[in-house]
Amino acid sequence: MSASTLPTVVASVAQGTGSGFDPVLPGLILLLPLLGFALNGALALVSGSRSATALREGREEAGHDSGGRPLTHTLPTWIGPGVMLAAFLLTLVNFVGMLGVELVEPVIRSYWTWMATGALSIEAAIQLDQLSLIMMMVITGVGFLIHVFSVGYMKEDPGYPRYFAYLNLFVFFMLILVMGANFPMMFVGWEGVGLCSYLLIGFWFRDREKADAGKKAFIVNRVGDFGLLVAMFILFAVFGTLDYQGIFEAAPDTLVYGGATVTAVTLFLLLGAAGKSAQVPLYVWLPDAMAGPTPVSALIHAATMVTAGVYLVARSSVLFAMAPVGAAAVATVGAVTALFAATIALKQYDIKKVLAYSTVSQLGFMFMGVGVGAYAAGVFHLMTHAFFKALLFLGAGAVIHSMHHALHATHKDWDAQDMRNMGGLRRFMPATWITMWVATLAIAGIWPFAGFFSKDEIIWYVGTSAPASVLYTVLWGMAIATALLTAFYMTRMMVMTFHGPNRTGADEAKHLHEAPPNMTIPLGILAVLSVFGGWINVPGSVRESFFGGFGFLPMSDWLDRWLEPLTATAYQIRVDQLGAYASTSPVGGGHVLWGAIATGLALAVVIIGARAVASREIRPAVESPEPTGFGKVLHDKWYVDELYDRIIVRPIQALSRACWRWIDQVIIDGTVNAVGSVARGFGWFGSLVQTGQMNTYAFILTLGALVILGVLIL
Amino acid sequence: MTLDFASNADYLWALLPEIVLSAWAMVVLLAGVRRPHETPASPEVMAWLSLAGIAIAAGVNGWLYGVTSTDPTAMITVDGFRLFANWIFLLGAALTILIAPPYVARQRLQAGEFYTLILLGTVGMMFMGGTQNLILLFLALETMSVAAYVLTAYNRRDRRSAEGGLKYFLLGSFSSGFLLYGIALVWGATGSVHLPEIGATVEAGAGFTGLLLAGMALLLIGFAFKVAAVPFHMWTPDVYEGAPSPSTAFMAAAVKAASFIAFVRVFMEAFPALYESWYPIMWWLAALTMVVANVVALSQTNVKRMLAYSSVAHGGYLLVALAAANQMAMAGLLFYLLVYTIMNVGAFGVLMVVSNYGEDRLQVEDYAGFGWTRPLLAVLFTIFLLSLAGFPGTGGFMAKIYLLQGAVDSHLWTLAVLLVLTTVVSYYYYLRVAWFMWMRPAPEGQTPGSYWAPLPLSLALIAGAGIILYLGIFPSGLLDGAMAGAEGLGLVRDTLLGLNP
Repeated sequence: MSASTLPTVVASVAQGTGSGFDPVLPGLILLLPLLGFALNGALALVSGSRSATALREGREEAGHDSGGRPLTHTLPTWIGPGVMLAAFLLTLVNFVGMLGVELVEPVIRSYWTWMATGALSIEAAIQLDQLSLIMMMVITGVGFLIHVFSVGYMKEDPGYPRYFAYLNLFVFFMLILVMGANFPMMFVGWEGVGLCSYLLIGFWFRDREKADAGKKAFIVNRVGDFGLLVAMFILFAVFGTLDYQGIFEAAPDTLVYGGATVTAVTLFLLLGAAGKSAQVPLYVWLPDAMAGPTPVSALIHAATMVTAGVYLVARSSVLFAMAPVGAAAVATVGAVTALFAATIALKQYDIKKVLAYSTVSQLGFMFMGVGVGAYAAGVFHLMTHAFFKALLFLGAGAVIHSMHHALHATHKDWDAQDMRNMGGLRRFMPATWITMWVATLAIAGIWPFAGFFSKDEIIWYVGTSAPASVLYTVLWGMAIATALLTAFYMTRMMVMTFHGPNRTGADEAKHLHEAPPNMTIPLGILAVLSVFGGWINVPGSVRESFFGGFGFLPMSDWLDRWLEPLTATAYQIRVDQLGAYASTSPVGGGHVLWGAIATGLALAVVIIGARAVASREIRPAVESPEPTGFGKVLHDKWYVDELYDRIIVRPIQALSRACWRWIDQVIIDGTVNAVGSVARGFGWFGSLVQTGQMNTYAFILTLGALVILGVLIL
Repeated sequence: MTLDFASNADYLWALLPEIVLSAWAMVVLLAGVRRPHETPASPEVMAWLSLAGIAIAAGVNGWLYGVTSTDPTAMITVDGFRLFANWIFLLGAALTILIAPPYVARQRLQAGEFYTLILLGTVGMMFMGGTQNLILLFLALETMSVAAYVLTAYNRRDRRSAEGGLKYFLLGSFSSGFLLYGIALVWGATGSVHLPEIGATVEAGAGFTGLLLAGMALLLIGFAFKVAAVPFHMWTPDVYEGAPSPSTAFMAAAVKAASFIAFVRVFMEAFPALYESWYPIMWWLAALTMVVANVVALSQTNVKRMLAYSSVAHGGYLLVALAAANQMAMAGLLFYLLVYTIMNVGAFGVLMVVSNYGEDRLQVEDYAGFGWTRPLLAVLFTIFLLSLAGFPGTGGFMAKIYLLQGAVDSHLWTLAVLLVLTTVVSYYYYLRVAWFMWMRPAPEGQTPGSYWAPLPLSLALIAGAGIILYLGIFPSGLLDGAMAGAEGLGLVRDTLLGLNP
């Protein structure tokens, strides 16, 4: 197998150059963040040991000094965002280069043979195609903005260089994840981003709870990784290669449609994807991951890493197209997650928790999209979501930053993230307020903001993928319900935070302020993207029938067509097996009608919701009564954490302790005591070795020897 | 150069690395002698002197690649397996010697004898890898073991060291008895102590089957003790914990490697025809070792004891290779042993720094804040831990991949899955240490000055971490070498299929 895939690789390299697209320094895109990591990491080690010394000697922490900032602070300010900007520009050059050519085969750059064992040959190779370039644009583009934002946000943190080192390293691994040309390369990135996420969640490690959140993310993700590994094993056993090209080209002929193998592979891939992308039942780590700095939540836990599962499914579209059960499982998991997380978000008071559950819910949308075969729609929502959710998180970060300052100034020990302590912030932070409303309208699915187009497309495909099937009709209903819930809880968040009277306190309010320009400018750019980002993929039907042709927008269905080389095979398989998508929704009505209904309903929810929330009296957190009834169930997140603790965490802890206690205390001590008393009877052996444990060891050794002898001879 | 062993002088050539190292050990011993009132020999000087001997032996070992042996019945072979194994032993010894001086100095151990024992133990290992004769193998194993017993009990002022040494000695002798008895029975059944000859006799169906199986079983038990396979591992935690840390590093790495090398050589050369009989036992030993060792390691809070169980667990992964018994698995085993030696000695090196070259600060809490107090050392330790855990990008990951590949080639699906699952479990206890280093604040009064890391130790750690990372990214060169080393040792794949228990 590997012998036959190797020429393919070589051939496609040749083809890549022949087809007119010649990538510009693709390796450098990867190396730039790595370089940033190395430089910032070295500075972090220097400043880390220096601040440790300073702490001990009773001096003020390095980095907190009032005079000029040390070099270990000024350098990362330029290095961190600098390498990101360079990487983004380089990606842009490649993107523009690819725009002009019809690239059918991906361009593969192989650097060296990473592993070669027997039948397995894995190249350290990267792959440039339409999907990886879209992902790279999002990662480096949004990533750059978040790096810039971080300069302002993390300014006073003593771990400043360490923060940028981790952030750069994360981008490096994320790029490996999307640029790798085979599953093992992707897995390296997959594990690497997990590691960085773990490091950044626990960034403020002096806080016990936050370090525990890092651990939780780590452990839950191992479950997902297990699924991914098993899927890779099966793929290798079947195809004899782990290269994307080799597998996806051979899959339609090698695998049986709906067969056990491909179903197993897709279900294990789903397990991996669900772990990384925080889907039911593995979503529990993401809300806790909000313990990290807010820009980290924006970059890792909203825009990039958590979408890796969606990328994985989109990348493996051929496999999912051949496994209707696997694809249906993806769609169902997505729908359940979307609705479930949206209900929890209704009753959260922590602004970041609302956004966290909202992210889980939106990821569920993406899963629905790729689950029903609308891969481009899933990736589309991934992209627009990266814009508006990054904006929401950064905006929340600006709010928390300001709240923190205000509360810190008067030494009030209130929670800076609790929305009940906010209110009326629009007077103090107008730029943040406006940009966050833009993002809210986008995520709520109001026309013509970005989220409307991507979410509407997913809902449409869910409804039309199998009109006769009860399952998909139910999923469609769940998707619409989720969309409306989204509009409501986002409005609630905005009203509680920015509208009504201020509840922070009169003294504190004097210290509330707008964020500095290096934080508000990224917000502004993301707001522009949240408005216009959706226009690249306006469905042809909507465009023509609704607005008289959107004449100034030349690119209807642009993303669908852009990704076509990658999704065509999957689409063809689906159409052959299940027939084409319907032209009407399960209850009738065309795309345009339902788009209008959706945006109308969402707008109604926003307006009515805003009134409803504003008319309710909200008191600061310390004065608020505990939620009761069903609201309490939602506020306590359906008690899933408690359930997991009861049925998984505690039994495992008990098992480990029991193993230790059982083996060590019962077997060893017990036998020791038994043998010991016998030995004391004999006397001579007991006096030979005072501990008495030797008897046990020899006893067990002999027992094992007898078993082996018995097995072999008898 | 071609050796036909017609004259005894050929043996001198074939044994040149062992001879050089033995002679050098005598030099080190003499150089370390002092009268009672004189200042004891400097551990660092002794270390560099011993290292010179290792370097010469390594040079000679390289030279042996150009030598061919034409007599397959000679007591000493010159094959790729032996030469590759020698690299592992010499590397393990060299790294141990480099990290040992501060410990030897602070505990006021006798430097000359300490290094002499390491060198002589290494000679024993090299014989174990180089002989095809069971009697010589036994002698070599005892040479190595006696050195290890003494190294365990070497700190006379420490009760735990003495206790560990005594335990090790008693149980080791017990298991050597099994080994010797097994050799006797195999000789009785086949009339030979020469591995390929035994193999030929067994293949031909000659010999007394009952006696042969009993002999083979006893050999297997003896080796299972030496490689600390569950349930023959009971001595390991006590001995590893009690022994002085440099001795533990040496035992957990090089001694274990030598035992595996001999294990492989005996079973692959003498008993391939009985694969169906011994393979289920190997299977169960591997499975039990991986599961029990990893589960028990989870609840350890003493890092040294955790590393002891970890070493048992790695033995379990390596037993998977023995169960798989094909060339890929054997190459994987060689690769794994080399990587394992480096990362294990490296981990013990940092452990010694943190425990301040004593046996006190060994709890996982003692690592709190270490990352920000001594960043470089902590980065190195993190690399070793990640590699032990099998994290992608490290040599430990590639080593596990090759073992898995070997298991998959022999269709040992269950063992492959167990290997992956137990590896995932092991992430927890390795990374917990890293978590304490980087994610917990340092206790009051901890300064960079509270950790002392002299140059040879830092050098060994940096070199070790460098090799680990290099092998994680460019493993093919070493794998080619390991494949060459495993040439002819694997069973034919077809005979293996369809044998899962």
